[in-house]
Amino acid sequence: MRSDSDRYKSFTRRTAAVAGFKIALLSVLGARMYQLQVVQADRYATLAEENRINLRLLPPPRGRILDRRGRLLAVNRQNYRVLMTVERADAAKDTLDALGRFIFIGDGDRKRVLREIGRKRSFVPVTVRENLDWNEVATIEVNAPDLPGVTIDVGRSRFYPGNELAAHVLGYVSAVSEEELNGDPLLELPGFKIGKSGVEKVYDGLLRGTAGTSQVEVNAIGRIIRELSRQDGEPGWDISLTLDLDLQTFAAERIADESAAVVVLDVQTGDVLAIVSTPSFDPNAFNSGISTADWNALVNNVRSPLTNKAIAGQYSPGSTFKMIVALAALENGVASPEQTAFCNGKYEFGDGTFHCWKRSGHGRVDMVDAIAESCDVFFYDLSRRVGIDRIAEMAGRFGLGHDLGIDLPGERPGLMPTKAWKLAVQGVAWQSGETLVAGIGQGFVLTTPLQLAVMTARMVNGGRAIVPRITRREPNAEGSAELGEAEMSIGVSDAHLRLVRRGMDDVVNGPTGTARGVRVEGEALAFGGKTGTAQVRRISERERQIGVRKNEDIPWRTRDHALFVGYAPLAEPRYAIAVVVEHGGVGSAVAAPIARDILLEVQRLDPARSAPQPLALVR
Amino acid sequence: MFEPIDSAESELSFFEKLWQINWVVVLLLCATAGVGFAMLYSAGNGSFDPWASRQIVRFGIGITMMLVIALVDLKFWFRYAYAIYLVALLLLAAVEFAGFGAMGAQRWINLGVIQLQPAEVMKITLVLALARYFHAANMIDLGRILYLIFPVLLVAGPTVLMIRQPDLGTAVMLAAAGGAVFFLAGVRLWMFGVALAALLAVVPVAWHFLHGYQKKRILTFLDPGSDPLGAGYHILQSKIALGSGALFGKGFLQGTQSRLNFLPEKQTDFIFTMLAEEFGLAGGLGLLGLYFLLLAYGVGISLRARCQFARLLGMGVTVTFFLYLFINIGMVMGLLPVVGVPLPMISYGGTAMLAVLIGFGLLLCVGVHRDTRIGRRGLTE
Repeated sequence: MRSDSDRYKSFTRRTAAVAGFKIALLSVLGARMYQLQVVQADRYATLAEENRINLRLLPPPRGRILDRRGRLLAVNRQNYRVLMTVERADAAKDTLDALGRFIFIGDGDRKRVLREIGRKRSFVPVTVRENLDWNEVATIEVNAPDLPGVTIDVGRSRFYPGNELAAHVLGYVSAVSEEELNGDPLLELPGFKIGKSGVEKVYDGLLRGTAGTSQVEVNAIGRIIRELSRQDGEPGWDISLTLDLDLQTFAAERIADESAAVVVLDVQTGDVLAIVSTPSFDPNAFNSGISTADWNALVNNVRSPLTNKAIAGQYSPGSTFKMIVALAALENGVASPEQTAFCNGKYEFGDGTFHCWKRSGHGRVDMVDAIAESCDVFFYDLSRRVGIDRIAEMAGRFGLGHDLGIDLPGERPGLMPTKAWKLAVQGVAWQSGETLVAGIGQGFVLTTPLQLAVMTARMVNGGRAIVPRITRREPNAEGSAELGEAEMSIGVSDAHLRLVRRGMDDVVNGPTGTARGVRVEGEALAFGGKTGTAQVRRISERERQIGVRKNEDIPWRTRDHALFVGYAPLAEPRYAIAVVVEHGGVGSAVAAPIARDILLEVQRLDPARSAPQPLALVR
Repeated sequence: MFEPIDSAESELSFFEKLWQINWVVVLLLCATAGVGFAMLYSAGNGSFDPWASRQIVRFGIGITMMLVIALVDLKFWFRYAYAIYLVALLLLAAVEFAGFGAMGAQRWINLGVIQLQPAEVMKITLVLALARYFHAANMIDLGRILYLIFPVLLVAGPTVLMIRQPDLGTAVMLAAAGGAVFFLAGVRLWMFGVALAALLAVVPVAWHFLHGYQKKRILTFLDPGSDPLGAGYHILQSKIALGSGALFGKGFLQGTQSRLNFLPEKQTDFIFTMLAEEFGLAGGLGLLGLYFLLLAYGVGISLRARCQFARLLGMGVTVTFFLYLFINIGMVMGLLPVVGVPLPMISYGGTAMLAVLIGFGLLLCVGVHRDTRIGRRGLTE
């Protein structure tokens, strides 16, 4: 019994020890609970929220682009996509095979789908194909029972109904590149596209709108359980352009076969009614990702379809520049309106001989004749007496030699040389002979078709400094200050402008005008203008002697540019036009007929007098 | 030495025995199980299906079984302790070698309503067998190494089987519970030192006999960080759920981490986390309080028993119960490595609940028969 009581004592002691040990361990558990749930509670509460709440962006629909009458130029088209969710598909491969019996699935797509299925979580749909047509959608819907896990989804993609039409103005949208990421999470959204050129680029911010957000609760595998809150974004603004779709279409078709540019302006408002550059490209091709071969074809094309020649093509203005020289002389008092000169076909100056395009000479010509017949000798003399700096100053007033600030990307300034410019850039003093060359719009002088159109508009609208614009603004909106400035006079006397305009009238309608061949009979639709032919390379003395001057005899790349600037109607001009046909040959033969046809069309359509659209920007 | 079996208490009538059952313990068990039902209802997203309803049925069966066990004469358990142990060991070996269940992945035996995992039952029967053995030990025996070879084998048999699986959670529990009974029986402290040294010596040898995948599993067990998307991820999510519960929790059925399945195994091993997320520190400590009361009653009942078998049995059960809850709660709070040990009376699962209730049946039996004396040499005299 003694040992039994010893044993009991030992048991009691050790039980106490075990119990104490248990209490200690329970205290450890309690302490740990306190640590996690009280001391670190905030940290874990945050982690818990991060775990379950996912912020999703709701991309806003991109604003549309409309013409001046509200016709659609860029829209969002429903993009039917076929998706596959493997969670419900019995076997991805079988389903894909089944789907392949109804719609075409390329080998590349097939491989990509199987790869994505391997990578993504099973409930995330994988896009099999995009841009399905109605037939394909219908076929899939009808056969839905045989296609487990296959669904049709409607997304939005940018669509340009006119395809190549106005592509340079509208631009295109494409996937966001690495450099364009600026922290805006919207840009990081897969499949999000932004404007890469044209109006799409300039007004990208307005067109884009603001993203909405949706807070969703997700479970451990990322499936959305419910939406906790939703903040709708704002859709992008619609942008209404000054373009007239009909005129744009007409002009584009008229020069479709050329490498050319046409700009038609409203001379009172500066509205760009048509702006065409050919050849063009299809902006829709960029939307779904352009192939390398297609891209290379665009980039390597000698006619540079990606360049908007109307604002980025710089050409010698040729004889279309002569009105500037005339006005510079008149305004500076160097010549009187009655000024005459005798043209015997050449002009001796310094050690050189400067030829008139008409080898036999024009005889005695006054200023109106000189413009109508485009007498070089008259303008050699005039420009020599005015001097290059005053010519450049006058050119500047008409919008030449600097950016006009049109709301399109890629505008180039052209070049209006001065003595100071040459010394600064070339380090050589200005040669007097260069003034003569500049006086007939050759040599250093470079202009864009847009500048030539603006020049013409300012000449025939009474000398008001209209500014070209591609988007319509509300008359009372913030843009009105700009409009006030646009109505400012360029400070050239009305009498002088009228004199020059008489010359331009005679170019087409006069008995000896260079563009007499394209004149329009009848007062109502008649137009005036000025031809121009810009040399692309110097004509050597030898060539001049042997008489190789025919454009057809030399390669396309070295042929002359054909130019024409014009206006209509004659009495109260409302429209101005500039046409440049690259390597087209003689202005009167190539550019003038184009200008005539487009001016007839613009007068027929008369967009300037059509009822204005209420707003420039529409939601 | 002659010790007559006290005949008085063997004459206790059925109703007297029923009266002797410690109903407070039964009540505490019901309360704990009730918490479990509530949590399973929550784990089922506010539904009795699929877990809570089945658990209630099992509890009904289990508590009946417990009362029956409690009413059975303590001497019966004494007499058949080794036999029961042997049956359990054979079952354990059977599922281990014969490969019951599909691919050996489910190591249980189907008893109709309840599917029994021999491993769970083993935890209780080991205590029973050890109590039976040490009942006869005197202070001199306890100082002899030879005397301890048999009980060491009793512990080592099932433990080795568990290591081979490898189910280290169960192995550790068996070893720890066995060790506790050794300690309580009065085995000299220096022996534990020797055992520890021997263990350290054996480990490297045993390591060689393990397959590559077994070694890998053991390494993952020892260092969950080596498997960040597996065990490590579970523990992080568990801590997030627990911590975000804060003082008073997110409310019943409002535990976001559990609801959204961030919490793994929320109805079984990680059910404590869900409780702590929905009811906070208050709920967690409340459950610990319930457990503490059960443990305290276990100790009290054991201390009041007249014979060594009853005392060791009672304390062995109590220790086993404690090991369950400590390992489980320690695991979900990131204090212990992830092992598959359920939270007693709360986790979904029939066997664990049954094993615990069988254990408590024996404890209650000890309480009912506290005055029963069993001779040192057993029942033969």
